Amino acid sequence: MLASFATLLVFQCLGEGITFALKLPIPGPVVGMLLLFFALVAYPSLLDRIEATGSELLRHLSLLFVPAGVGIVAAAGQVRGHWLTVILAVAVSTLLTLAVTAAVTQAVINWQNRRIDGNKKDGEGDHA
Amino acid sequence: MRELPQFGLIWVYLAASPLLGLTLTLCAYVVAYWIYSRCKFSPLANPVAIAIALVSTVLLLSGMPYSEYFAGAQFVHFLLGPATVALAIPLARQLPRLRKSFLPLACGLLAGSATAIVSAVVLTILLGGSPQLAFSIGPKSATTPIAMGVAEKLGGLPALTAVLVISTGIFGAVAARFLFNRMRIDSPEVRGFALGVTSHGIGTARAFQVNQEMGAFAGLGMGLNGVLTAFLAPWLIPVFVGLLAR
Repeated sequence: MLASFATLLVFQCLGEGITFALKLPIPGPVVGMLLLFFALVAYPSLLDRIEATGSELLRHLSLLFVPAGVGIVAAAGQVRGHWLTVILAVAVSTLLTLAVTAAVTQAVINWQNRRIDGNKKDGEGDHA
Repeated sequence: MRELPQFGLIWVYLAASPLLGLTLTLCAYVVAYWIYSRCKFSPLANPVAIAIALVSTVLLLSGMPYSEYFAGAQFVHFLLGPATVALAIPLARQLPRLRKSFLPLACGLLAGSATAIVSAVVLTILLGGSPQLAFSIGPKSATTPIAMGVAEKLGGLPALTAVLVISTGIFGAVAARFLFNRMRIDSPEVRGFALGVTSHGIGTARAFQVNQEMGAFAGLGMGLNGVLTAFLAPWLIPVFVGLLAR
């Protein structure tokens, strides 16, 4: 468990170092995630070793957002008079994003499936 | 009556050390998670929202400033870094399925990311918000550190952005099931991915509570949209603010 946690921290450090050195606009942990992903694809044995600790950490992912969320106590003053604007904009935009992402992804999957089905039928046609 | 000032003194003593903020965060989450489980893990009983409400209430009642609370809570906040890195694990597990769905996911990501940014900015300005508010709200679907970085660069308010990002996460996690059912989207892959793109880590946390497959695709959506927003938002937001705010 300790070795797995150390592995995660090492990849985070690598990510932070790279974003700093290359002045990337992306946070270090996201780069660290991409690096670990490539490492896991290259060395699948690593996956079995760190999976237990990683899953445990992800199981409590929602806890980790509580401290930043409580910031609403401090940020409340900055929205004064614009509450309705903020609530409406967040709610409507969130629903739109969910719907557009799901609809587009599903539409392309359906299109791909139809094409595969179409090819199959063409193939059957050739045999007949 | 003589007990009261003593209790006050103990509170002042404890509040000065990081211990209290940390304890408060964990206890609030344990209570919130218990409520969530009693509600049969309904998306309406989102544990992040309940825990935030509990801690905020304690802070407002006790008069403890946020900075003092955060001195303790930062230890929990810090774990967001390694947890983000750990998202590579379910992703690597789903690699074969990921390869198969590359094109649909890429199209969904591009459409979703642009929708998130543009709709938030346009709505804010049309509803009478200032450009500064639009800068703060534009990157709201990206994960907290990315969104805060983008807002800061544009001249928004990073602290406000953090709260808007978390609101987006909670609202998406609460609404997704009802919306997807209505749209007749059944595949856990598509549901998870859309939830991750829209509601970053909080959506991903919710997806993992439903099942591992949905969680893996949510983690993928969150990671990809974080990166894409970091590139898209800095030029998309000023264009739309410039067009609308006169």
